[in-house]
Amino acid sequence: MDITALSACVSSASCLMTQGLNAFVIGMLLFLVASGLTLIFGVLKVVNFTHGSLYMLGAYLAYYIYKITDSYLLAVIVASAGIAVFGIFLERLFFRRLYQSNFLMQLLMCYGWILVLDDLVQLLFGAEFQSMGMPPFFATAPLIIAGAPIPLFYIFLIAISFLVALAVWLLIVKTSFGSKVRAAATNTSMTGALGINTALLYAGVFALGAGLAGLAGALAAPVRSLVPGMGFSILIESFIVTVIGGMGSIGGALVAAILIGVCRSFGSVGFPMFTEIGVFALMAVVLLLRPDGLFGKGVQR
Amino acid sequence: MKNRLLSSTLLWAIIAFLILAAMPGLIASQMVLDLIIHVAIFGLFAISVNLLIGYTGLISFGHAMFYASGAYAFGLLMQTGTWSVPAALALAVLSSALLALVVGLVCTKTKEIYFTFLTLAIQMMFYSTILSWETFTGGDQGLTGGFKKPVFLGIDLANANHLYYFIAGVVIVSLGLLWHITKSPFGYALRMVRDNAARVEFLGMNVRGYRIAAFVIAAAFASVAGALMSLYVSAAYPNFGYWTMSGEAIFMIMLGGVNTFLGPLVGATMLTLLNHYVTAHTKYYGLVLGTIILLYVLLLRKGLLDIIVERFIAFRADRTLPKKQIESRLP
Repeated sequence: MDITALSACVSSASCLMTQGLNAFVIGMLLFLVASGLTLIFGVLKVVNFTHGSLYMLGAYLAYYIYKITDSYLLAVIVASAGIAVFGIFLERLFFRRLYQSNFLMQLLMCYGWILVLDDLVQLLFGAEFQSMGMPPFFATAPLIIAGAPIPLFYIFLIAISFLVALAVWLLIVKTSFGSKVRAAATNTSMTGALGINTALLYAGVFALGAGLAGLAGALAAPVRSLVPGMGFSILIESFIVTVIGGMGSIGGALVAAILIGVCRSFGSVGFPMFTEIGVFALMAVVLLLRPDGLFGKGVQR
Repeated sequence: MKNRLLSSTLLWAIIAFLILAAMPGLIASQMVLDLIIHVAIFGLFAISVNLLIGYTGLISFGHAMFYASGAYAFGLLMQTGTWSVPAALALAVLSSALLALVVGLVCTKTKEIYFTFLTLAIQMMFYSTILSWETFTGGDQGLTGGFKKPVFLGIDLANANHLYYFIAGVVIVSLGLLWHITKSPFGYALRMVRDNAARVEFLGMNVRGYRIAAFVIAAAFASVAGALMSLYVSAAYPNFGYWTMSGEAIFMIMLGGVNTFLGPLVGATMLTLLNHYVTAHTKYYGLVLGTIILLYVLLLRKGLLDIIVERFIAFRADRTLPKKQIESRLP
């Protein structure tokens, strides 16, 4: 416990800036993963435990494309689109068969996929840590804001994540696809009865969620090291986000992800040994006070 | 009725022990005996998880935490050199049960998916604590260095045969206790909580109390399994508490059968054998196991022992009973 370091940090503008930006980088990446998870749950009523693995695949795919083409933009696009397509494949061939069966079967299937994907990545890229390195466009001298050096990529990452969050929100609120998604989230069987093609809707939502996870992976690749199994920790974190924010609530996911980012970022200054525990404590407190999360409505399965 | 149950359990326990005890005489291969011990320990672990999943309807994905807590508590107590094996075993189980009481109090506030998340998340927290608290747990190296096993009641656990008998005995006694718990009024109350929690509430019973009790009992038996593994390998490793351990237990249950008491033991046998052969041939164990799990989920979806028991009951019922009645006769 180092409360003095924490208070010193909060009272200095440069440290506040650095840590605050860090909080946003952690939070926004987490939000991209968790929003896909919460979307899929809201509409399909399945818990996608493979979501972390999709993030990992996105990161590795971006790494691979960047290595062969040297274009980071292309890497991000291919990773997002590729993982979205993979999501459709998963939904059509696997998840679709389990909508009627119990949660235990879904859990088991996802466990199988996690094992397969982790090993496949190990087979293709090796078990050791890989790092992609910073794309040359962003490899400039850091900007100095409020006396703190800020890498350009951080600003780009946060901006892109916010734009994507805004786009997803507009998609859900303003388009006909979005109203179908909201309808399905409220009452799936009625949506089908009204003649809406639920099969297509499900595939679309799963592709969107998977694409968001892939995008998060591609954005994380320059600033995180890649390793098989990297998906699992972010999966747990995304669960915590959905639990704090409330299952099925995108706005809740955003608030919760940034909360966790703040907790992690400032926690690493104040109590480096206990950041993990801080995040869990946050979750436990929220769960005990509001079992359905901050923005959750009681979930009816 | 009660006495009949007790005597039949004792009879089966003695038969099981005699069969297991005859093994070292019949089989000279150390490898096979080693596999039997692993199956016994994993089977006990899987059956303890099934008390939650199959009987109470609580899908815990964090049960390996208590397997690990049992293993570490036992290992740490033995390393002090002041405790006898039974005392250390009892203390390890007691401390794990207390830990489970705390975790259970938090987790049972939630339902269904949230419960699964929460158990998974707390397990990961426990795992990272094991990794980071190096002075106490040995960090990622695990609790190595071995420990002395003082002789008690004429049982010398340094002797491989004695060790084998002791572990087999403890597993069989634990399974007998668990069997009695599932057959007791308490066990039937757990099934009722699983099938219709609202009805249990209306009957004036405390659903959450039953869930917590099931959680603690399941954790206690899981910690027995962990402590036995720790005794067997004279060490405890962090991966005892990793989430894959919980995942494997769930797969054992599904492979063997959720609806039968010994189903998970059958599943443990299948998975341990599979594990043994696959790891001998390839380092990509996850790829093979994952593929098998996916095939199971898409094609089979029922545990082996469940299928056998169902067929047997259907056969005995002359196939004239409607499906509903056959299901109601399942144990």
